[in-house]
Amino acid sequence: MDYAYYPGCSLESTGRPYDVSLRRVFERLGVGLCEIEDWNCCGATSYITINKLTAYAISARNLAYAEKTGLDVCAPCSSCYTILSKVNRHMQWGEEHAKRINDVLAAAGLSYSANVDVFHPLDILVNTVGIEAIAAKAARRLDGIRVAPYYGCQIVRPKGRFDDREEPTSLDELFAALGATVVPFGNKLRCCGGMLMTTLEEVALKLNRDILAEAKEQRADVVLTTCPLCQMNLEAYQGRIGQAYGETYDVPVLFFTQLLGVALGFTPREMLVDQMIAGGGRIAARLSEVPA
Amino acid sequence: MRGSAPAVLPRKESDLRAAYWDQVRTFPDGDRVRNCIQCGSCTGSCPVSYAMDISPRQLVALFRAGFLEEILRSRSIWICASCYACTVRCPAGIRVTDNIYALKRVATRMHVLPRHFPAHVMAEAFAGNLRRFGRNWELWLGIRYLLQARPTALLAPRMQRFALAMLRRRRLGILPGRIKRVREIRAIVRRAEELGGL
Repeated sequence: MDYAYYPGCSLESTGRPYDVSLRRVFERLGVGLCEIEDWNCCGATSYITINKLTAYAISARNLAYAEKTGLDVCAPCSSCYTILSKVNRHMQWGEEHAKRINDVLAAAGLSYSANVDVFHPLDILVNTVGIEAIAAKAARRLDGIRVAPYYGCQIVRPKGRFDDREEPTSLDELFAALGATVVPFGNKLRCCGGMLMTTLEEVALKLNRDILAEAKEQRADVVLTTCPLCQMNLEAYQGRIGQAYGETYDVPVLFFTQLLGVALGFTPREMLVDQMIAGGGRIAARLSEVPA
Repeated sequence: MRGSAPAVLPRKESDLRAAYWDQVRTFPDGDRVRNCIQCGSCTGSCPVSYAMDISPRQLVALFRAGFLEEILRSRSIWICASCYACTVRCPAGIRVTDNIYALKRVATRMHVLPRHFPAHVMAEAFAGNLRRFGRNWELWLGIRYLLQARPTALLAPRMQRFALAMLRRRRLGILPGRIKRVREIRAIVRRAEELGGL
């Protein structure tokens, strides 16, 4: 079971703990990741607002390189996952659309058949590796850890390929099987604001405040995320949110692969849990107490 | 910005509308916006509609009434964070998010933009990063955006504390992650521009 790995730009910087934990978790579960050669930025939600053909063609360049490996793609960032999937659907929509993208790719000496499938790692873990197989390999039980599962927008919307678009449960089921207490989380699909944190901070602060307030109300020990931008928005602005709303937030926000890695026997430090900003030390200490 | 049209262009409603219909032909069911029943599911599902000057439902009503320029001058389309909640819930099957992307492209290409609201500056900075390095260098993106949009923010102590905290944890790259064959990106950008971007 191997995948062509498309880390995306964030996983090399702000989302580095996601990259490190994902690679080690996959390795332990016997899933191979082969990084796509010379991959480039997917353009995210930005390039598509300027020039659609350029946006799709530069994304397709990654898929063209993936195709040379004969492997399907694993894309951990929700935004990359959505854009790469959109490119596939666009090219599969009609011959003329595929031809047009290839016309552009040809300028770089590339071509792409639109036959490389794109998966989010949560999909691979839950539906290909399987929750039972993962639970069987767990070295620790997450008993007593209260987890708020936060899916964000773009892994289930717009298409809902591997989970329900209104009531997703994959994260809930995975962590319940590992012994964690998954708290009811009505905001699991509510938008974190994405790039609005930079362009219109007051709106993004409110969106993240709503999500964090529910996590706090549910006495969650940790919020789990599946996307580097959601993680960053939820984690890095807690002080500012507290200031704006006269409240206090110090809620650990981890990538789901970090907590999964701890369950599989890695130390919190190996999963870079101590490198987190909000409550990083606290959750690292708490997880170290979980008996192996 | 190389990717957008020159600043002076006819801004007649008919030209804008023609540009809009060109854009919505690039995705399936793009013309379904005609089927809007004005139910407001989009506005109700939108987590940021409260901050918009024109709500998603009103965008369609105004478009029908011939006020596309007013739509493009509003902040609304740039407040959309692409969460797709409206697209999932629209009972008329309208791809609302894709339509808003189409509006954003008309706005940048025809240079009809809201005053005193630099959201599109982020998109341009992002695209510039990509053309230059092939990847998005987050540190530079932040600096470049703030220089243009909110230069004083760069001096704010909390901004500097944040950058330091991330740098210390090696969660912010001091150098860009440049790809080997940036020339391929540039060739792709050039060819797509030649083809009109549609």
